[in-house]
Amino acid sequence: MLNNLTELSISPRLAKNIRRNVKERVIEFILMMAALSAVFTTFAIVAILLYESFGFFETVSLVEFFTGTVWTPLFEDAHYGIMPLIAGTLTTSFVALAVAVPVGTIAAIYLSEFASHKTREITKPVLELLVGVPTIAFGYFALLFVTPLLQIIYPDLPGFNMLSAGLVMGVMIVPYIASVAEDAMRAVPMSMREGSYAMGATRFQTALRVVTPAATSGIVAAYILAVSRAVGETMVVAVAAGQQPTLTFDPTEGAATITAYIVQVAMGDLPHASIGYQSIFAAGLVLFAMTLTFNLIGHVVRKKYREQY
Amino acid sequence: MAVTQSKKASVLADLDAVRSMIRRHKFNDLVFAGIGLIALMIGLLTLLTLFVDLVMDGYPRFNLQFFSDFPSRRAGSAGLLSAWVGSILVMAVTFLSAVPVGVAAGLYLEEYAPKNWFSDLIEINVSNLAGVPSIIYGLLALGLFVYGLDLGQSILTAGLTLGLLILPTVIVSTREAIRGIPVAIREAAYAVGATKWQVVSDHVVKYSQGGILTGVIIGMSRAIGETAPIITIGALTFIAFLPPAPVTDVAPFLNFEWLNSAFTVLPIQMFNWLSRPDHAFHINAAATGAIIILVTLLMNGTAIYLRYKIRKNIKW
Amino acid sequence: MVNTSTPIKAESKDLNFYYSNGHQALKSVSMPIYENKITALIGPSGCGKSTFLRCFNRMHDLYPGNKYEGQIIMHPDNTNILADGVDPIEVRMRISMVFQKPNPFPKTIFENVAYGLRVRDEKNNRVVADKVEEALKGASLWNEVKDRLNDLAFNLSGGQQQRLCIARALATDPEIMLFDEPTSALDPIATANIEELMNELRGKLTILVVTHNMQQAARISDCTAYMYLGEMMEYGDTDTIFTRPVRKETEDYITGKFG
Repeated sequence: MLNNLTELSISPRLAKNIRRNVKERVIEFILMMAALSAVFTTFAIVAILLYESFGFFETVSLVEFFTGTVWTPLFEDAHYGIMPLIAGTLTTSFVALAVAVPVGTIAAIYLSEFASHKTREITKPVLELLVGVPTIAFGYFALLFVTPLLQIIYPDLPGFNMLSAGLVMGVMIVPYIASVAEDAMRAVPMSMREGSYAMGATRFQTALRVVTPAATSGIVAAYILAVSRAVGETMVVAVAAGQQPTLTFDPTEGAATITAYIVQVAMGDLPHASIGYQSIFAAGLVLFAMTLTFNLIGHVVRKKYREQY
Repeated sequence: MAVTQSKKASVLADLDAVRSMIRRHKFNDLVFAGIGLIALMIGLLTLLTLFVDLVMDGYPRFNLQFFSDFPSRRAGSAGLLSAWVGSILVMAVTFLSAVPVGVAAGLYLEEYAPKNWFSDLIEINVSNLAGVPSIIYGLLALGLFVYGLDLGQSILTAGLTLGLLILPTVIVSTREAIRGIPVAIREAAYAVGATKWQVVSDHVVKYSQGGILTGVIIGMSRAIGETAPIITIGALTFIAFLPPAPVTDVAPFLNFEWLNSAFTVLPIQMFNWLSRPDHAFHINAAATGAIIILVTLLMNGTAIYLRYKIRKNIKW
Repeated sequence: MVNTSTPIKAESKDLNFYYSNGHQALKSVSMPIYENKITALIGPSGCGKSTFLRCFNRMHDLYPGNKYEGQIIMHPDNTNILADGVDPIEVRMRISMVFQKPNPFPKTIFENVAYGLRVRDEKNNRVVADKVEEALKGASLWNEVKDRLNDLAFNLSGGQQQRLCIARALATDPEIMLFDEPTSALDPIATANIEELMNELRGKLTILVVTHNMQQAARISDCTAYMYLGEMMEYGDTDTIFTRPVRKETEDYITGKFG
């Protein structure tokens, strides 16, 4: 009866509408799955890292992992202290930031407060081009151009050293800091600048005493996001900083970073599910946790300045 | 009141002092402007030095043979054939995987998704993924594609890995392009009875093509130079053969065996040569580096120019 | 109120002003600014009164393409502050400004008021502290903030922020102070406070104030100028302008027939 009724009541036109509706729904579902791929990817990253690390931590205690000072998972006499890799990562990142923070900040102030509209129009695309240069090319530059140059000044500098890798990485990061910090400075309302100029301040005084303090949270966000970049950067350090896990904070020495270690192991032929194979996931997990932390803090701080004005 | 008066007089009397102070301040301005310009130029100068350095070091290898030779144990006769073919094939997979998914995701987020925790979740994930170091994608691929799905160290694995890597770029640029389309155009289409999908496919996608293309080019140029994730999946670096051709002379004329083939790509080949102690190979690495930079600069330059043109042409 | 013996602090002579888009915002404006008097500029929005005010401290120089023609002469040194050879910074050191919306800096209350002194390289902390106190007292804010000078200025109420901006402008002993609709962003009580403050400054300081509120102009000013479409329609004693305006347009505006 009911069946009959529906058959009766659906005119061809309505039937077409239903088909249309179904089609719309299917399309929406497909699009939603595509959007969810981002969630799946994050989930997959975390799952894979945790899963493989879990095997690793069945062999290695967390205490040894975080407090041990020797990292030799592939040796006969294996040690699993991640400290040397973290030291290398922090040292190269520190050198990079020592370059990128002042240069990037000054460039941002210049772009936001001094440069003419035209200069900005030309410079910003150039900075973007710089961001697009593959990092392997910068690795070449660090190893075969910057290191020999530095060796003229410090003849004792080894061929692989964290200094030249860090310096080159720093130049790579400058555009990131410059663009995020400039964003923050340009968000400072013009009325505040006018208040400063009306007191007889020059451009530089206004930039230094009013605009920069007003944009602090955005500038700090730029630095934090830059740290995350530096920590995760791979090819420059893998090529130029050295492959030996060494517990040192001296940039004139060579030492492996977390990323360089992963590259080094992946280049060799490692059996699946061996402790060496698992060790790169454990190292990767630490790296992921570090960058995630910095990224989240950076985004929160950045959001704060966006809400400020 | 008398006090204020006398102070005012003193400002006038000090006009010369004020003027010399202003001169001093303006000199500081000038000094800072100089320093700022240098800070801004450091990046450009480095890029220039880098490129010139690569070109000068790699100069001896700029000939056709370099492109038609396989890698070899002898530096002088080693070439890029397998690398550039590999790069093109990997890029094809990356393009075909990242672009449909990325554009679809962007469309969903802008046109369909309700503004609630669900869309927030997706958005947070997209922006988070953009900040994940590329080597982590390599680990994901190693665990998931190479061993989990047993795709091996193949062109398919590499292409999908880079596809995931550039997905956030494609999604973000799609969303930005869509956001530029005024509501009025959508309403006009709805008003004549179009369904949502008709509006999206006939109008939204069409008008945002340029912006999406810009993002795709930037993403592809990043993928072409990416080294770390490809190394991490354990791609062999000595490949002296070409994958099976995608097109055959027997029906159905298409052949997908190449997807499962071992491969090398330009940046991997460069890294391989660069990590050898023999300096003769460094020349090859330099030549390869110059080529990679040229390609990525051209792609990025095109994208930036395209975006500039779009911004100028928008009339609404 | 103003008689022939009152000294003139500044006067504009045939002042034309063009924005970078070519729009002429001021047409041959001439008027005196009497020393230690309050001069009000009134007129419907878009009449050029704010544009005129901002000529006095060369604010327009901050944006490329703007152009002045004519003169603004400062007395007693007879400097044309619009002349090419005169540095806008020098002008701003002599003439300070209070804006429409309070625009304190992201600094402490103390440092906000001290800003002008810091910009002038005043290194003596004793001098700075004295001047800050004096300026805050002058802006009737001292009693409210003396116990929290190191608080951020953003924590003050809107009216307090505006008085802080007045203190900031006062601290450098300006020869002329410009007020650009200083109460338009404030509630009635804060407005009353600012007006009271301006009445206290009357006779001590040369003030040029833009206001869209005619009652305010009548309450606080000695002289009033009515502007319309970039032209100076009528200028005179505030009493005269408000009771016996010469021109019909002025009367219409003041009586609320338009504007």
